[in-house]
Amino acid sequence: MTGYDAPKSIYGPVTDWVTDFDHGDPQYNRHAHAIWDELRDKCPVAHSDRYGGTWLPVTHELVREIAYDTENFTSRAVVVSTEIPLDPAPIGGAPPITSDPPFHHEARRVVLPPFSPKKIAEWEPEIRRLCNELLDEMEAEAKTGLTVDAAIQYAQHIPVNVIARMLGFPLEDQDLFREFVHDLLENINLDPQDRISAFERIDAYLKAQIDDHIANPRDDLTGYLLDVELFGEKIPHELVGGFILLLLVAGIDTTWSAIGSSLWHLATHADDRRRLANDPSLMPTAIEEFLRAYAPVTMARLVAKDHDFHGCPMKKDEWVLLPFPAANLDPAEFPDADKVLIDRAENRHSAFGLGIHRCLGSNLARLELRVAVEEFIKRFPDFELAHGEEGVVWSVGQIRGPRALPVRIA
Amino acid sequence: MRIHVDAQKCQGHNRCYALAPELFDVDDYGQAVVIGDGNVPPELVERARLAVANCPEFAITLSE
Repeated sequence: MTGYDAPKSIYGPVTDWVTDFDHGDPQYNRHAHAIWDELRDKCPVAHSDRYGGTWLPVTHELVREIAYDTENFTSRAVVVSTEIPLDPAPIGGAPPITSDPPFHHEARRVVLPPFSPKKIAEWEPEIRRLCNELLDEMEAEAKTGLTVDAAIQYAQHIPVNVIARMLGFPLEDQDLFREFVHDLLENINLDPQDRISAFERIDAYLKAQIDDHIANPRDDLTGYLLDVELFGEKIPHELVGGFILLLLVAGIDTTWSAIGSSLWHLATHADDRRRLANDPSLMPTAIEEFLRAYAPVTMARLVAKDHDFHGCPMKKDEWVLLPFPAANLDPAEFPDADKVLIDRAENRHSAFGLGIHRCLGSNLARLELRVAVEEFIKRFPDFELAHGEEGVVWSVGQIRGPRALPVRIA
Repeated sequence: MRIHVDAQKCQGHNRCYALAPELFDVDDYGQAVVIGDGNVPPELVERARLAVANCPEFAITLSE
């Protein structure tokens, strides 16, 4: 019951993480913290020839510098893969995450209001209800002595369900949305033609949903995007599809990973689990610390023009990974960076990115993460890994989190 | 003590609003705004300091 297929790769396994790293190698996310520590000591900007050339800076200072530099680095493509999408700057295929200034600013203002903290707070009761529905099923299984899976039976369902409701998409298509995410974000090192086919399949689905909303207008996020104005005009339907591609794909495995990693930590650190279960007032700092230590999202940029970056000869159209999780573990930026301190009060982490592309859905992600962890430990104050680390399957690619997390409920 | 948000630097992470809702509000776009004239009463100084220390964009300052 893993429900998870490891992606196929056109590249072989990595033999040297300094000169030939590949975040599409299944070993990368499993051993990410050790790999980043090694690179921070040896580089701190690694280069690999894979994907047509990829750079990987691992210090907070360098990640930050690139995140703020929209001249030398374009967001036109943000998922490192064997295929660079053709959509040109400054719009890109999934605005505003794939957009550059000045278009970016206007596109972002269109989608910020529905994701503002006050709008998102309205979803809390619904998220809590959903979590409890999932926990009811897990509790019934656990009572019969079965092992349950905190990633497959719990974490993965929460963000998919919420975004499907927000967009007004059929709830029965949730498995399909996870397939889309798997195709776009994990199957990154396929033959380029397979990548293109995956995009075409998603585009066709989104077009059908948009057509359905045009024929049957309703009050949801898709309806909002069809109605709202950008530069004083309604947004062309093809571009609406781009916005929706971002909203559908970006919120799913990211939050699912954050929930899963947090539960992984609590399954493997009994002291923190007991402390948090006994003292819910620690929840706000604990959530921020999980976001720092297990930040799920590494973004990417394309080099916009040939230039020298701190001695690295970066060439146009090479990829640059922005590992915010590695930045969050930089000892130059955080005292006891390698320790998870659930009462860490000063925590200037960058789990949601830095600069103009700060995660649009951060308020929703935070809410889902907090409610999911709160309800889980309220229901199951005592749980541990059922099959040790061997039973845990980590994701592949830029989004890091457990895809299988079998736990034994005490 | 007075608290100040640099609107050019703020990217709407909302850490300040979560830590000290007595001092910060957010607008419809999720951007932080200082409530009132930004004067920080003594009992909220510690929270104001935490808002400064947790802002990922270094957008908040506290001054005499």
